[in-house]
Amino acid sequence: MDDLYREVIVEHYKNPGYRGKLDPHDISFEDENPLCGDHLRIDLRVDAAGVVTEAAFSGHGCAISQASADLLLESIIGKTLDAVRQLTKDDLLELLGIELGPVRLKCALLSLKVLKAGVYGLGEAPDSLVED
Amino acid sequence: MAALDITRIRADFPILQREIRPGVSLVYLDSTATAQKPQQVLDAMDAYYRQSNANIHRGVHTLAEEATALYEDARVKIARFIGATSPSEVVYTRNATESINLVAFTWGRANLSAGDVIILTEMEHHSNLVPWQMLAAERNLRLEFIPVTEDGLLDMAEYQRLLELRPRLVAFTQMSNVLGTITPAKEIIALAHHAGALTLVDGAQSVPHLPVNVTDLDADFLAFSAHKMCGPMGIGILYGKRALLQAMPPFLGGGDMIKKVHLRSFTTNDIPYKFEAGTPAVAEVVGFGAAVDYLSAIGMSAIEAYEQEIIADALAQLKAVPGLRVIGPAASQKGGVASFTLEGIHPHDVAQVLDSEGVAVRAGHHCAMPLHEKLNLPATTRASFYLYSTHQEVERLIAGIKKVQKLFS
Repeated sequence: MDDLYREVIVEHYKNPGYRGKLDPHDISFEDENPLCGDHLRIDLRVDAAGVVTEAAFSGHGCAISQASADLLLESIIGKTLDAVRQLTKDDLLELLGIELGPVRLKCALLSLKVLKAGVYGLGEAPDSLVED
Repeated sequence: MAALDITRIRADFPILQREIRPGVSLVYLDSTATAQKPQQVLDAMDAYYRQSNANIHRGVHTLAEEATALYEDARVKIARFIGATSPSEVVYTRNATESINLVAFTWGRANLSAGDVIILTEMEHHSNLVPWQMLAAERNLRLEFIPVTEDGLLDMAEYQRLLELRPRLVAFTQMSNVLGTITPAKEIIALAHHAGALTLVDGAQSVPHLPVNVTDLDADFLAFSAHKMCGPMGIGILYGKRALLQAMPPFLGGGDMIKKVHLRSFTTNDIPYKFEAGTPAVAEVVGFGAAVDYLSAIGMSAIEAYEQEIIADALAQLKAVPGLRVIGPAASQKGGVASFTLEGIHPHDVAQVLDSEGVAVRAGHHCAMPLHEKLNLPATTRASFYLYSTHQEVERLIAGIKKVQKLFS
């Protein structure tokens, strides 16, 4: 059926592997997409070598934003923070494997924006973090 | 009153004939955001540019005279449509938002000072909140809000208590764009006047869907937009009582709003031109006039009655869907707006899957974030109806919702 709701997306939305909060955590950041009321928080634990060992997301949002957060966190376990900083919009879209229009793109990119803002230690999550 | 000939009405709207993708026809349930346009409006605007285009109120040549006549004829039609005493009480703006801002910037700045109270409601669209928040910050005003009850109505008892604060202005919607609630405008206005306050009615949703008569309501100001009533985008109306408009300072400065200009001073034009600086959207005004003709020929009472029938059908069918919750009052107390939540499914996903079925609805907070906060909902899905909506389209909506539920089950 709808390409946008590939089985993998619905599956990650309904049964996310990384939903929750980490307390304590090394990095935590949250932001929202006021347009749709989506809210996302990402917590990370990082070892001495700067490698992500655990990750979790919480908040609420549409299937695209939630599945994107789950797939993104799954992909960064075992990666260094440096590697996380290098992640681009295209990396995330490849994980999702779908074509998105401009409105839904914001839903998908919220997770990457929140993740990068947290990893960079920024006080806010500007759109420029996920632009080409 | 004659029932609407829906087949004939639908044939007037070219966009309703299109498919969203091969074999999937459009079901347009987003008229609260903007209404579709009949051929009569498109033809009027086209004819204006092909035959009569010229700047208005300036030239003495034939085209300028024709354009000016078309522009002013539309004003007369619109004044009659809302029951204004005189066309001079009808000011062209860009949209309802600009109309409200005009009142805040001119009447508000000239008349309000620290401590003055403005009463709004919790169900306002951002366009009837933010201009007053801006003015309140600038002038240190106090904003108070008529609460929304659990069933989506205004708490009139609390309103009566708020009136004891002797507000200067009561600004409220006549129909909520989220709940569909039709507010008791006449009563709100009478009570406000009794307490010494002026009133501004946000008619963005009511004027397209109900008979609205400013004289009967005794409204001081009424704001609405053409695009929600089969007219073009980019043109709206501020109605104001003559004496109020005359006493108000101008809004934007420039051509047409002046009588005389010297290097260091100017004198303002008469109403309504005092508020119409610069070259206006003449083709849009002409299209608006055609839209008013179109709706008038069908009759606003007939449109209201038909939408009542459609919303009653939609609410009954929506409420029968397991896990679906409709917000807002019963069909008899609202216009053709059904906002709802589906358990466990985000409104964006609902809207997206419905789109794949050709069904266009809106998802989000519908420019009423405070109302959604009050209802403790981040977002809702909204299906809205108009004179061209059909019972078959309600069926398509329900079938689409069932598909959404199946996908996420």
